[in-house]
Amino acid sequence: MSTSLSHLKELEAESIFIIRETFAQFNKPAILFSGGKDSIVLTHLAKKAFWPAKIPFPLVHVDTGHNFPECISFRDKLVKEFGVNLVVGSVQKSIDEGKVAEEVGVNATRNRLQITTLLDTIEENQYDACMGGARRDEEKARAKERFFSHRDEFGQWDPKNQRPELWNLFNGLKHYGENFRVFPISNWTEMDIWQYILLESIEIPDLYFSHIRKCYTRNGTILSLNDFQELKEGEEAKDMVIRFRTMGDITITGAVESEADTLEKIILEVAAARNTERGGRADDQRSETAMEDRKKEGYF
Amino acid sequence: MTNAQKLQWKTEKKKDIFNMGDNNYLDRDLLRFTTAGSVDDGKSTLIGRLLYDSKSIFEDQMAAIKNISKKKGLEHIDFSLLTDGLKDEREQGITIDVAYRYFSTPKRKFIIADTPGHIQYTRNMITGASTANLALILIDARKGVIEQTKRHSFIASLLQIKHIVVCINKMDLADYGQERYDEIVTEYENFATKLDVEDVRFVPISALHGDNVVDRSDKMKWYEGSTLLHTLENIHIGGDRNMKDCRFPVQTVIRPHSDEYHDYRGYAGRVESGIFKVGDEVTVLPSGFNTKIASIIDNEKEVQQAFPPMSVTLNLTDDIDLSRGDMVVRPNNQANATQDVDFMMCWMGNETFDPNKKYIVLHTTNRVRCIIKEVLYKVDINTLHREESDIEIRMNDIARIKIRTTKPLLCDSYSKNRSTGSLILVEEATNNTVAAGMII
Repeated sequence: MSTSLSHLKELEAESIFIIRETFAQFNKPAILFSGGKDSIVLTHLAKKAFWPAKIPFPLVHVDTGHNFPECISFRDKLVKEFGVNLVVGSVQKSIDEGKVAEEVGVNATRNRLQITTLLDTIEENQYDACMGGARRDEEKARAKERFFSHRDEFGQWDPKNQRPELWNLFNGLKHYGENFRVFPISNWTEMDIWQYILLESIEIPDLYFSHIRKCYTRNGTILSLNDFQELKEGEEAKDMVIRFRTMGDITITGAVESEADTLEKIILEVAAARNTERGGRADDQRSETAMEDRKKEGYF
Repeated sequence: MTNAQKLQWKTEKKKDIFNMGDNNYLDRDLLRFTTAGSVDDGKSTLIGRLLYDSKSIFEDQMAAIKNISKKKGLEHIDFSLLTDGLKDEREQGITIDVAYRYFSTPKRKFIIADTPGHIQYTRNMITGASTANLALILIDARKGVIEQTKRHSFIASLLQIKHIVVCINKMDLADYGQERYDEIVTEYENFATKLDVEDVRFVPISALHGDNVVDRSDKMKWYEGSTLLHTLENIHIGGDRNMKDCRFPVQTVIRPHSDEYHDYRGYAGRVESGIFKVGDEVTVLPSGFNTKIASIIDNEKEVQQAFPPMSVTLNLTDDIDLSRGDMVVRPNNQANATQDVDFMMCWMGNETFDPNKKYIVLHTTNRVRCIIKEVLYKVDINTLHREESDIEIRMNDIARIKIRTTKPLLCDSYSKNRSTGSLILVEEATNNTVAAGMII
């Protein structure tokens, strides 16, 4: 019998190890579930880690109110299938309570507002470790992230003062009020995720597959026509054949023109892609260090 | 097409896609390597070159760094901008922290732990080296073997990295001459006899011009060895894992509490070394009870064997009390249970090491407290001499120390077993990770 693992199986084993460490080292861990393919893969890995027991964490979803409706229905179906608890933090509620103010202007989004809602949800529920599906290949600030990422009592990330992470020894010790973000799929790339989805027949939202949708183009980004944004002068909505490479708010998630309607075609497309998947994310394009700035404040 | 249809892939179809042309995804393995060298050695340029020539840099990333390079008034593209991800790093032009980079070829997926060459050097290099299969060391062909080369090589040897690839870079500035290359190889080999490394290889390259990085150089016809990428793709790492000494530290106990699995008790963990098979007689440490492996669960189904680095669940034939920190081994091959641990320590704390402070040891899945019994000596990592008179330990120092723990650790020597032979120290007051240890 063979005693070597393929790269996907080795990544899977590493992620399961991290998920189990999180369960063992913390009192109240949770999975941050965005509805995107990375958090879906993470949830599947969590299922494997504890089988035949159920996933021993709730799924936490920060609902900006600006979601793709397909994402919400997918989320609810998955929660039912896996028999896990769902905890929803609502950005609308944070706005109604006056904790954050809605951005104004034509490029207004709720991307930044979700940081407050996320931190409040963590505090209210006293989660001491929140697992997320962030990957180091996604963005340059994330390339410096640890598996076990320490956050102070304000939820802040201090990239210059991170704990060294050696071998497979993960230091989850913390003081009262502090918490951790844990990133079990840090070492996966976009390609690894797609190959794994295919290998494991993991179901993902239809939005990832090519479809016809009413879209408009702003600053070179193709956006889905939605109820939250108005068209500027000169912008025009038209039917386009597109798919999404990432899953964020409907107001910021850029689509790519694509006819890839199967996983096989998507993998071929990803292999040939000449732009990063976050290239279409308006939230990252606000400045050179947009991701680092948000991460320091508590974004995941 | 509905979602369900999209997912209905026949095995045949899956095979097709995993074997599409050059993309032989299922047979690909994973190689982790660390890079050592300073900015001047052209390390960032080399990484940039590997990523660029293997088509792992995307156009938007490339456009961004071209743009910044231009703004900075540089004539060439500054590839270090790819790895220096933090604002402060970009502004100051230095690397602060270990950055992880990814690329793959049809043969392998690679994870690069890119470690900085400035302050906190040793600390970061040890971090990067702790998970690496291979260390890539850069030498400037004009300078030859310098103190830094020795320091990097010593750390690679201390961390028991089995393979070192020495890249003799900037060959373009040494007229692509064989004589200079041979000189440096001899110089390095003489020094390396003092080290404990099994496999050292040399490649003459020019990272800037791409000679012998991905493509063979037509300017160094005298060199008959492989290019760097070919070397990285083909080094055999399968034999590096310890397949002999069975070690399974328990991470957590799985108890479903459901009707279907009423009495189920599974021990979740990762096989750190050795091969466990269903039916094997095993001993549980520290209690010393003997039992058998009833079944092994991987991926929600039963498998016949488990080997490193698989994360599995073991079910045992007897109902034994077993919890996190305990270890499953074979009766005739057990880890040492000891409260007195002797190890080489790399100090990573910002403040000077204080032997009177309280420290917590993290070792496999165990967490215990300890006191420092003795500091034996400090190692000068440039000369490898032992320093016994000055034993004040500052950040990046390496020393041999002895501790006593509140309860026994189940350990092996680091040279035999990287997993059960490694530990970290956490300062009790701050919870910071302050030291890495390799058990003697």
